Amino acid sequence: MSSRVACALFCFFLVCLFLAAPVAGAANPPNAADLEAELVCPVCETTLDQSNAPVAQRMKLFIRERIAAGDSEQQIKDALVAEFGPGVLATPARSGFGLLAWIIPLAALAVGAAAVALLVRGWSRRRAATESAPEELDPELERRLDEELARFDA
Amino acid sequence: MGRRLLLVAQGVAVGLVVLLFALLLWKLVDDEGGDLARAAANGERPAAPEFTLERLDEDGELSLSALRGKAVVLNFWASWCVPCKEEAPVLEELWQENRERGLVVVGLDAKDFRRDARDFVRRFGLTFPIVYDGPGDTIPDWGVTGFPETFVIDRDGRVVEAFVGAVNSDEDRGRLRAAVERALDS
Repeated sequence: MSSRVACALFCFFLVCLFLAAPVAGAANPPNAADLEAELVCPVCETTLDQSNAPVAQRMKLFIRERIAAGDSEQQIKDALVAEFGPGVLATPARSGFGLLAWIIPLAALAVGAAAVALLVRGWSRRRAATESAPEELDPELERRLDEELARFDA
Repeated sequence: MGRRLLLVAQGVAVGLVVLLFALLLWKLVDDEGGDLARAAANGERPAAPEFTLERLDEDGELSLSALRGKAVVLNFWASWCVPCKEEAPVLEELWQENRERGLVVVGLDAKDFRRDARDFVRRFGLTFPIVYDGPGDTIPDWGVTGFPETFVIDRDGRVVEAFVGAVNSDEDRGRLRAAVERALDS
């Protein structure tokens, strides 16, 4: 398998992972603990599960109320973003400007993988070229070898 | 070619580290806050940062610049803030006593649920204008470090005095009234 094909497969795998994550998340019912780990307290700027600030406690109560009312995970997040802005999400949105935060690391990873592949290919070519080059014999050794072969032929 | 690529990669890595370090420093310096309050305490009259925010007490928006020509008491609060509850009646009283003289008290509710803020306004019978800044975007401009904080702004839009923490002692009330008089006389 050439390094180009391997690199393409790696990128395809990353894109599949990226696309599969929201689908997998959407299939699960909302879980308060998961949501608290994915939302940020606007006062102390840690995730809700790490915060006991009054506003964080109020947000936790809101999450439980909305789960009991049958809201989906996305509806609860949307409601909190409508109140506190997009900064309340621990992970950036997968649309608009927030999408850049997802794409840039993946792109950087792909560029890094391509750079490593290029370097490895360059090194292996240089090594192969070195190995295939005929090694020059020491003149004294060559002379002795010729003498021995001549004696053997005689 | 490999050597050059390696050098470029090293350069990019070092550049990224420097950039992240600069961002960290900027964040630390930017988060310090309190500049307006300090300037006002030193007798300066810094310009009040402008904002346009959604109103909670009625439909529409309110801009600070629309209040130019009036003295303004701007109070940063949130419904979950305990000292804000002690301070709310003081602000309502100040508004009732001075509104005919050209004073506007503005409550700026931040990092809060709209519903909770409206409940708070009803519970304490607040009748002055209330604006809403859920994400707290105005907070860095004003250098607010906690709730409540109160700024007295003169008729020219300059900060006369700032109060960090609740205005609930007799001494604080006296200072607030004196600052309001200075703002009204400007």
